Amino acid sequence: MEITILIFLFGGLFLGWSLGANDAANVFGTAVGTRMVSFTSAAIICSVFVILGAIISGAGTTETLGKLGAINALPGAFAACVAAGISVYLMTKVGLPVSTTQAIVGAIVGWNLYTGSSTNLQVLITILGTWILCPIIAGVIAMGLFTFTKRVILNRKLHILRLDAYTRTALLLAGAFGAYSLGANNIANVMGVFVPISPFTDVTIGNLFVFSSKEQLFLLGGLAIAVGVFTYSKRVMFTVGNDLLKMTPVAAFIVVISHSIVLFLFASQGISAFLQSINLPSIPLVPVSSSQAVVGGVIGIGLLKGGKEVQWSIAGRISLGWMTLPVIAALISLIVLFILENIFNLTVSF
Amino acid sequence: MFGLKSASLFGDTKKLEREIDEFVDIVSEVGLVFKSIVPTYLNHSANGKFEEMVEKVKEMESKADKITKDVEHTLYEETLIPDARSDVLRLLEHIDELIGMYQGNCYHFSIQKPNFPKEFHEDLIELTETVVNCVESLCLTVRSFFRDIKSVRDNAHKVTFYEKESDIKFSALARRIFDSELALDQKMHLRYFVEKIDRICDQAEDIADEIQIYAIKRSV
Repeated sequence: MEITILIFLFGGLFLGWSLGANDAANVFGTAVGTRMVSFTSAAIICSVFVILGAIISGAGTTETLGKLGAINALPGAFAACVAAGISVYLMTKVGLPVSTTQAIVGAIVGWNLYTGSSTNLQVLITILGTWILCPIIAGVIAMGLFTFTKRVILNRKLHILRLDAYTRTALLLAGAFGAYSLGANNIANVMGVFVPISPFTDVTIGNLFVFSSKEQLFLLGGLAIAVGVFTYSKRVMFTVGNDLLKMTPVAAFIVVISHSIVLFLFASQGISAFLQSINLPSIPLVPVSSSQAVVGGVIGIGLLKGGKEVQWSIAGRISLGWMTLPVIAALISLIVLFILENIFNLTVSF
Repeated sequence: MFGLKSASLFGDTKKLEREIDEFVDIVSEVGLVFKSIVPTYLNHSANGKFEEMVEKVKEMESKADKITKDVEHTLYEETLIPDARSDVLRLLEHIDELIGMYQGNCYHFSIQKPNFPKEFHEDLIELTETVVNCVESLCLTVRSFFRDIKSVRDNAHKVTFYEKESDIKFSALARRIFDSELALDQKMHLRYFVEKIDRICDQAEDIADEIQIYAIKRSV
């Protein structure tokens, strides 16, 4: 493999690293921040399940992202990833919980605009629609689960210590499911743009198992996410656990499981196919934002408690961040593409 | 790794549950012993039995101390209930103080040997019974805090009820002591004992109030 290819892939790996550093906090932040789960346990479980989710179920959302704009040159894909990474970094600096999802979509649209490729409007509208739906669905699921769980806990008369032990186990399981769903849903953000131009070839292991080039890319992306989790997510997890969401451990579990269900729903080819088979509208397989899902879940629980605990001004600021991030990513994408093409004489599209 | 950890987590949990239950049992038992100690003391003929009972209270107090330390250790070492740990430890310490108050009363009776004339016996026994009932209700409040948060308010209300009853009985008895023909030094000595017994209820009520706040914090 040429060294230039590795350098270009590095753009995706950087994005994977930032996804691991930031979005892992959505999955395990409250559990680690409230010291219900140790950081080492969280990091190991998160890394293993992110990689599994990416390899096993990452194909669906990647396909949708590919339809939005099929970046057909490695420098183009590199530019999109770098643009997405920079914009996420900038928004994180401002203190807004954003996701790589919105950034990469903006960056792809930027590539389309720069190269004169058409943007599939129907896919774009579907993606934007799911961004509105995602926090709403997460909120509704959180409300339902919270009401149910609260009733069960009160009726079962569990000892405070027994409840603590169950909550810890539940947080670990929900975290594992959340990490799997994050890998499945968000690997497209990290490696999706490289799929059409993958530098890898399929590897057959013992005539039994084919490790496709796409899966190899996803494994690489998953590892980058894992590195992000281990090297940088600890601080973000404590911030999420202690400052952003002041919740009881049970409420934290509900938020994580609601987030995970939403991410899984929007990544599962199986559920989508099943709904289609019984003539129901299928769920679009779209990379959604894990931050949006978490914020939706928190607001859902806040509303159940009367809405007074919800800081609406902060919620408004976060929403504004969600709207501006794709635009910023698209603009940075245009700038990076311009630099690559005109200063480094690289072909950014064919 | 995680399987072993989770097995030990559930093992520690069961052990702690047992210890906390045992701790509350001790509070309840000390109260019952105290309820018999006062009439036994007043009945001068059974002094040997009285000292035996004081010794029993001492043993139970030491056992409660040991449990408090064990629970404290395990809660911190295993980082259990991180959100409610400080509340639970404070609660156990305050209940331990309550056992200490029972023990203190027993020692004072044993050392100072107050001379309660017969006319006050019945009132003193009634006051003691109300105090013990108050602590019994506190035990229920504590148990509900750990297992059945919905019942905390009802049980805490009973503690408040008995505390008011105890105040009324204390005031009436203190008034009768000072209205009597006894010498002032004896009046003051008896008032000291009556007041110390009544203070157990004040402590119980403070703990019940504390538990109600913890329960609100603990609400899912």
